[in-house]
Amino acid sequence: MAATALSLRARRAELLASNLANADTPAYKARDIDFKAVLERQQHDQSAASLRVTNAAHLTAASASGVTPADVQYRVPSQPSLDGNTVDPHLEKAAFGENAVQYQTTLLLLDRKIRGLMTALRGD
Amino acid sequence: MSLEQIFAIAGSALSAESVRLNTVSSNLANAETVSGTSDQAYRAREPVFASMLAQQVAGQESESVGVRVVGVVESAAPPRMEYRPDHPLADENGNVFLSNVNTMEQLADLISASRSYQTNVEVLNTSKQLYLKTLELGG
Repeated sequence: MAATALSLRARRAELLASNLANADTPAYKARDIDFKAVLERQQHDQSAASLRVTNAAHLTAASASGVTPADVQYRVPSQPSLDGNTVDPHLEKAAFGENAVQYQTTLLLLDRKIRGLMTALRGD
Repeated sequence: MSLEQIFAIAGSALSAESVRLNTVSSNLANAETVSGTSDQAYRAREPVFASMLAQQVAGQESESVGVRVVGVVESAAPPRMEYRPDHPLADENGNVFLSNVNTMEQLADLISASRSYQTNVEVLNTSKQLYLKTLELGG
């Protein structure tokens, strides 16, 4: 659970970094993923059957981080500019910061889990 | 791990923004450049940004995009013409041609470019910290 959330957080950080990198690119549309929805779907998918891949050219339903292209959605612009760019740098910066903090939280959770297991193994 | 991709993305943005800073400084340096003909007059330069799929950066499967400079265009505005018959570069009518650089516009662009550069440096720093913390997992 925490591992899935962590890779999803990393994926979201990547998307938000793309938005910030393209803050001045004409016609660029800001994108993001709905974290809650994707995580819930992944939890559900883990129990469900997945597609079998017998050839390198076969497509899997989800990528390594579990994010399908359909999960990446365009942001509804609050102040679109004339050159067709929909990036709001302040909003993206806030989202990036929030995502970074939540990444650390998930990391801490995972870290404590591992430490707990180590303590149980050592028995001291 | 997609955190590695961020280094490529923010790196591409830093390089693109530095091209923009370069053109702005070149424009400001040449704001008062004088030439003898209208064709030789300095024209303000501006980079054109375009997004670039991360596959082109790292060859990996990803929908994230970096940024690249597809070209530098010269402003089509007419150069400023001034009547200075004493100037060594003046033409037969006594006119010299100054650059078409709009200093105010360039200064605004300079601020925008340096802010974007700062943002991407922050993104890089944050990602680096997250990455280093991930390496310490369970240690």
